[in-house]
Amino acid sequence: MLALGQDEIAKYPFLADAGQYLKDQGFSLDQFGSDPDLKQLIEKAYERIRVAADGKIYKSDLDGDHVSKEAALPREVFSFLLAIVLLKLSGMHTLIKRFALAEARRAEKYLEKDLANISDESKNQLAIRVIDDLFSVQVKKSDDYFIIPVSDYLKHSINFHEREWKLINRHVENGQVFLSPHETVRLIRKELGTYINSKIINAKTPTMIPGFEDSVNKLVSLSKKFATYTVTTGEYPPCVKHAIEILEKGENLPHSGRFMLATFLLSKGQTVQQIAPLFKNAPDYNERVTLYQLNHLAGTSGSGTQYSCPSCEKLKTQSLCFATSECDNIINPLQFGRKKK
Amino acid sequence: MQESDILFLEDSFKKYYFNHFDQITVPERTSEREFGYQKFNSGMTRHISLKDDKELHLMLMQNIPSDVYCSNAYYTFPNLPMNEKDWKEADLIFDIDAKDLNLSCRESHTVSICNDCNEVSKISTHCSKCNSSKLEKKSLPCKNCIDASKIEVEKLSKVLIDDLAITKENIQVYFSGNEGFHVYAYNSQFQEIGSRERSELTDYISLRGAIPETFGMRKLKQNRAYFPDFDDKGWRGRFSKYVFGSKSKRSKIITELLANGYTSFQKTLDDVSENIGVKIDPNVTMDVHRIFRLPGSINSKSGLTKTLCDDLTKFDPYTEASFLSDDTVEVFANSPIEFKLKNKKFGPYNNEKITVPTYAAVYMICKKLARIA
Ligand code: SF4
Ligand SMILES: [Zn+2]
Ligand SMILES: [Zn+2]
Repeated sequence: MLALGQDEIAKYPFLADAGQYLKDQGFSLDQFGSDPDLKQLIEKAYERIRVAADGKIYKSDLDGDHVSKEAALPREVFSFLLAIVLLKLSGMHTLIKRFALAEARRAEKYLEKDLANISDESKNQLAIRVIDDLFSVQVKKSDDYFIIPVSDYLKHSINFHEREWKLINRHVENGQVFLSPHETVRLIRKELGTYINSKIINAKTPTMIPGFEDSVNKLVSLSKKFATYTVTTGEYPPCVKHAIEILEKGENLPHSGRFMLATFLLSKGQTVQQIAPLFKNAPDYNERVTLYQLNHLAGTSGSGTQYSCPSCEKLKTQSLCFATSECDNIINPLQFGRKKK
Repeated sequence: MQESDILFLEDSFKKYYFNHFDQITVPERTSEREFGYQKFNSGMTRHISLKDDKELHLMLMQNIPSDVYCSNAYYTFPNLPMNEKDWKEADLIFDIDAKDLNLSCRESHTVSICNDCNEVSKISTHCSKCNSSKLEKKSLPCKNCIDASKIEVEKLSKVLIDDLAITKENIQVYFSGNEGFHVYAYNSQFQEIGSRERSELTDYISLRGAIPETFGMRKLKQNRAYFPDFDDKGWRGRFSKYVFGSKSKRSKIITELLANGYTSFQKTLDDVSENIGVKIDPNVTMDVHRIFRLPGSINSKSGLTKTLCDDLTKFDPYTEASFLSDDTVEVFANSPIEFKLKNKKFGPYNNEKITVPTYAAVYMICKKLARIA
């Protein structure tokens, strides 16, 4: 584990060992529930989640790189740790996902700033180490650029759909890809979110602590707003079920998978408005873009051609097929469940 | 193929494997590789693991395969079914094939064999005898085909060395035994990357999927300073050399490109890609579970051997990859195209009974242009 200074933990609180941190600071969780001065921090933690749930990034008390007040640092870390406690107590997975994503975006900003900080060598060294330790991407500094091995670059860039991330559209030299600080951090965005998410998921759930109930209840009602859209998957073929599951878990479904799912459901008569919410949990969800794409597939915009669901054969080559015996003798997912002769 | 042809091919191949066993050796880290082979007129046997040259030679002598393969991947258990093999890593492999190069010479040395009546002709759409459209194409690659493939190999090596930091010593080039070359890159940073990453790598190597911005063209806020220069590394440098030609023309051509606009630039890029991109078969490179023709083994599409090219420029497959015996044999040959092997000219033959050396007979039989008399 990295040895971190106070201000570094405040920027990257997910790197801290929560229990150890509280102990080092001389606190126990119970105290936060009872001590009126500390109780405000639970409010702060709730706020941190609420902001995240809205898809925004929590604005911290950290003022740029240096901190106004000594006390702000531990409070910053506490609100993060308490937020996790609240989330665990509420058991609301949709909120955890949103929280992890927002925290990742927040950390991303600091990472980028630290990387670009040319006046303070130790800052960009830390960022470089965080990226290496967590995601095994070896970043080296070369003038104004950061260079990473092509193989490391590929492992991450293949998750992007935008053409600018294709290797051919990158400055490649001598086995290395040249990136700006922003691009370097953007490259690991998804993994950062996954990392924070799994840290929260794997954290122990404490028993209810007196003084935490109110905020936990507020979280439960907050999460109703984000209840995942559930579709009845009864008659859907395995490939479609699988795609829906991936999306519900908030994981990244490749473009080909989204295409298959959307064209399948459209062919089954669902409307764009019915389908769109399915994509809400995708790590890169953008409502406007999603609607635009769905309308395009449905043929209600642009070319006017409705796209059809790809064949099983095609889906097999895209590793999207999860055939079961019920798939026997069909060549397109749309035929799934139809009576065989 | 008739029984006597198969017996003849098997006999010739067997002699090769017996007399040239020093030429056909197992690759490094043998026990981590998967081997496979095919016999004439039968399917593939794979998931074989071998310990050393001895076991390989035994396998060859016992089975007399038409084709022999070995994985570029390394596994913990190469002989188990695919999903239990425990994939560890794989060498990078590239396939360059003359048939993918759109060469103009190709038509002149390609024949069609009718599946229904076996008629051989140079008409490519239908059988001249029975009008059937079920035709099998066979090509007898010419010097131009080989030279053009060599150029692609040179282009590939440059990208591998300059852009991807693979050392020259870790690149090996083989004549495929038929119409092109197989290139291996060992010990690179890419050993452990998967199929999707390899697919991205092939797009890079063949200059596919580039956007105008990469080469300096913008939709808005255009600026001459964004365009590539001759000393730029990688594709920007190669783009400069191809598109600008000379330093003195750079400025004028940039003005033209800007005047033609963004959309037209995309077309320019397609043309550039077609001309300077390396023409490799993406499916070969991205397949990390492939078994690939074993160096030193015979390619049953031609009877020629997959041969290491120490000096690619000088390499002549028709003298250096033909190892079968000079003993003569009688065949019925129907080859409208002439060819040269071991510095001797053969054909054209018009349904005639001829006596030729074994290596030439095998070549024609493999191409379905002759049968044992
Ligand atoms: S066989 Fe077809 S329907 Fe079944 S899982 Fe595969 S792609 Fe889907
Ligand atoms: Zn015919
Ligand atoms: Zn030719």
